[in-house]
Amino acid sequence: MQTWSLVSLCVLLGVVVRWGVSLNSYSGAGRPPMFGDYEAQRHWQEVTYNLPVQEWYLNTTDNNLNYWGLDYPPLTAYHSLICAYIAKIINPEWVELHKSRGYESPAHKLFMRATVLVADLLIYIPAVVLYCLYLTDGSAKKKVSTLFCFLLYPGLILIDYGHFQYNGVSLGFALWGVLALGLGWDSLGSMAFCLALNYKQMELYHALPFFCYLLGKCVKLGLMGRGFFLLVRIASTVLVTFALCWLPFLSDPSRALQVVRRIFPVARGLFEDKVANTWCSLNILIKIRSILSSDSQIYLSTACTLLAVLPSSVRLLTKPTFWQFKLALANSSLAFFLFSYQVHEKSILLAALPVCLLLNDLPLVAIYFLQVSTFSMVPLLLKDGLLVPYVVTSLAFLFFGVFLLSALEHCSEEELRLGAYHKLLFCLPKLDMACIVRWKFYISVAVMAGLSFASVALVPPPHLPDLFPVLVSTTAFLHFFGTFLYFNVVQFSGPPSRKSQKKKN
Amino acid sequence: LITTRMSLTFHSTDFEVHRNWLAITHSLPVSRWYHENTSEWTLDYPPLFAWFEFGLSHVAQHFDRNMLLVENLNYDSPATVLFQRLSVIFTDLVFIFAVRECCRCVQEQKGSRDILNRPSFVLAVLLLWNFGLLIVDHIHFQYNGFLFGFLLLSVAKHLQSRHLQGALLFALLLNLKHIYLYVAPAYGIYLLRSYCFTQDNKDGSISWRSFSPLRLIALGSIVGSVCALSFGPFIAMGQLPQVLSRLFPFKRGLCHAYWAPNIWALYNILDKVLVTLGVRLKLLQEAELPRASMTGGLVQEFQHSVLPSITPSITLVCTLLSILPAAASIWWRPGGARGFLRCLLLCALGSFMFGWHVHEKAILIAILPLSILAVESREDAGIFLVLTTTGHYSLFPLIFTPAELPIKAVLMLMFVIYSFTALRKLHSGPVSLLHPLESVYLLGLVVVATACEIVFPLSPWQQKLPFLPLLVTSVYCSVGVTYSFLRLYVSLNTDCVNVEFTSRHV
Repeated sequence: MQTWSLVSLCVLLGVVVRWGVSLNSYSGAGRPPMFGDYEAQRHWQEVTYNLPVQEWYLNTTDNNLNYWGLDYPPLTAYHSLICAYIAKIINPEWVELHKSRGYESPAHKLFMRATVLVADLLIYIPAVVLYCLYLTDGSAKKKVSTLFCFLLYPGLILIDYGHFQYNGVSLGFALWGVLALGLGWDSLGSMAFCLALNYKQMELYHALPFFCYLLGKCVKLGLMGRGFFLLVRIASTVLVTFALCWLPFLSDPSRALQVVRRIFPVARGLFEDKVANTWCSLNILIKIRSILSSDSQIYLSTACTLLAVLPSSVRLLTKPTFWQFKLALANSSLAFFLFSYQVHEKSILLAALPVCLLLNDLPLVAIYFLQVSTFSMVPLLLKDGLLVPYVVTSLAFLFFGVFLLSALEHCSEEELRLGAYHKLLFCLPKLDMACIVRWKFYISVAVMAGLSFASVALVPPPHLPDLFPVLVSTTAFLHFFGTFLYFNVVQFSGPPSRKSQKKKN
Repeated sequence: LITTRMSLTFHSTDFEVHRNWLAITHSLPVSRWYHENTSEWTLDYPPLFAWFEFGLSHVAQHFDRNMLLVENLNYDSPATVLFQRLSVIFTDLVFIFAVRECCRCVQEQKGSRDILNRPSFVLAVLLLWNFGLLIVDHIHFQYNGFLFGFLLLSVAKHLQSRHLQGALLFALLLNLKHIYLYVAPAYGIYLLRSYCFTQDNKDGSISWRSFSPLRLIALGSIVGSVCALSFGPFIAMGQLPQVLSRLFPFKRGLCHAYWAPNIWALYNILDKVLVTLGVRLKLLQEAELPRASMTGGLVQEFQHSVLPSITPSITLVCTLLSILPAAASIWWRPGGARGFLRCLLLCALGSFMFGWHVHEKAILIAILPLSILAVESREDAGIFLVLTTTGHYSLFPLIFTPAELPIKAVLMLMFVIYSFTALRKLHSGPVSLLHPLESVYLLGLVVVATACEIVFPLSPWQQKLPFLPLLVTSVYCSVGVTYSFLRLYVSLNTDCVNVEFTSRHV
């Protein structure tokens, strides 16, 4: 069948799944006084519409920063403003200052969900379609399968359309950046990434690979010649984009500083709730939070993060190819997730995006990781009442991923690029690594299913009330760490052999 | 798997209907099943379905005991909703099995094709992802997948020449939902002609001497025993008249609340137009006209003002007249199992066109079997495209909340894209599948859809004429459905002529 019809069918199916999930409950539904992320977004629409720009990030009588104060960069605020204008046309009660706190109604829910869908349709989905059609190799059928699995990734759907956030916008912009860099349009790519950065500051997880890739490219072109011009062009694009986004705040440096203080809150602790990263898991054995002072916690996490991200960045600097870039994105975001300060469980989505880019090249590992990332958010999803969508989307994703991408067939040692492991583990007897990986996959899926079921059905013992969230986050952490090591190994081993790839298609 | 995504919170009145039946069959003794009327949704399906609900209710009690109390009208706890949805998904397994059987009967074409282009695959997708079935079963809530499974399975058995099994399945189906009486004549005549008369003469006409009473008796005993099984307890209790009155409620109006796109919709519109014209031209006195309006959204009796009123007997006569040519043709010139399928289609469509109180969901009885013919022949593919698009669009008013608008629009779009591209690829040739006029008509559907769903609710006419979008939808779709009906009749005649020239074997 023609590609366009298959592509449109995939996109439509993706839209149906998203809308189907969005008919479920959202975060903080019916739970005064603070509600949840849904109320936060609605409140931001209220604040941005009714107050002048200068006051958005300030603590005034009209703007109580303790009640969901704005803590994302200005582009989020502008987006909320646009939504607020539309909301005002439909029903002014939704954004009335002070009086609309905690406003909940079916019509309003429909409106909010629609804004997420519109943002996705405009930004995220076109980027995914273009990426899969132009920057992946293989037959048309393979590309469409990749597109389908990419769009079906449960984590993003559940968080954006269930829990309620606008991750699709920031991830979409980042994806446009990757797309542009892949096609060789460097300034456009950097502009897109700056937009992503100005939408959510957590995109900093991806910043280092972008920087290293572009810098490496400039160096390769020769710092005295064309490389220099490229560097200047990129730098000016970045500066101009930032200036445009921060324009209302640049007139007064103290105001800009206030914004920065809001978006980087260093007063909080090393971690909050149960997150699948090193510090939280380490906390089970050694109570880090109580041993170290808050300052030393910051230093420790910064040092570890930098150490973790250093090898992959250096490698990318020396070898700025698109393949290395994708791997470096995955590595950097994982490193930040695992070792950084004040990480939320939703930040795993930032690591999931680069891994989605690798769906075509390393299908089994990608599907494995994406499933674990969805699983790691189970406690959050259960709190929002999203059990049924979680189960259905995960099962569908696993099924289609394994079936359409033939993940379990394409896992010979060479395809998984496990050759390097042999060199590292030379002391151990010859093992069939591919078989091990496949068995690990089966066992992990079983464990994840079991833990999900247990979290729902069983009641934890009274002296260990957090047993299941802890188990979930520790399991996820082990998987993430393993994947982090794997991606590092792959980045350092040789480039994919083109000949063997062509044979499979 | 995909259908589980349709576990939406919205449920229509049919949900309450089935919950009520679960409660009735579980809590009350058998003798009271057809007398119970606490709720307005009385049991109006044949006894076998009641037994089916009884079986389900035993599973239901593990989910939520409260739903089985008859007094709990409109009870809809999350557990209840979950159970009902799961039961539909589960019984759809029957449907999936039937689809597989049908796909095996489809003639494969020569030449190597990858899986996407094989007729059986296309058929499987067209049936499993039938937009109408998805919408009606999973959002609007009914057990049609389960019932259509029986229908398709029996058709498949006939295509495989296993007539007795096919007859058994159809008898079961009739006792599950008596709407399938529409297609019973096709079965009756086909089986009588092609099964009981074991051989034909050389020119295809009947050979009276080859009549096999044994086969007739076999058929009769199968049908009889199934009916006895389901109706037996009620006949023993002397409740047969009550049961029959519940099954065939003729007190309802000519048209369902949402007008099915059949002849009577056009008839009504004609009547209305003549009335308005008459009043304008001062030929009629407005005060003389009966007040009863047929444009309310409720089920009522009404009179036509200008044209003669329609009674149930008239519709019966019209229906019989419309299916008579089809039945006659497979009697005189049997076209084998495929001729039977065509006749079944015509019976279904004929009764849809002319029946009394037809629900628009009944169009599915015609659409699903037509899928089988569509993947095999070019001309049928063309008819299929017109019929499915209009038929499915006529189902749109069933789902009316704004929350579900994107879902139904997107699903419909998906089905349309797939059916068009797949069938076009399958029957690739110099001539396109659709006549230009047909394409224009179908494009006009888009205009109508936009007008009804988006423009109308926001316009000032919403208050004055709330029934207008429904009216426009049914009238526009009736044109399409009538057209497909006529074309199918034409194709029946040409098909029989072809069959005469080719093989004589049944």
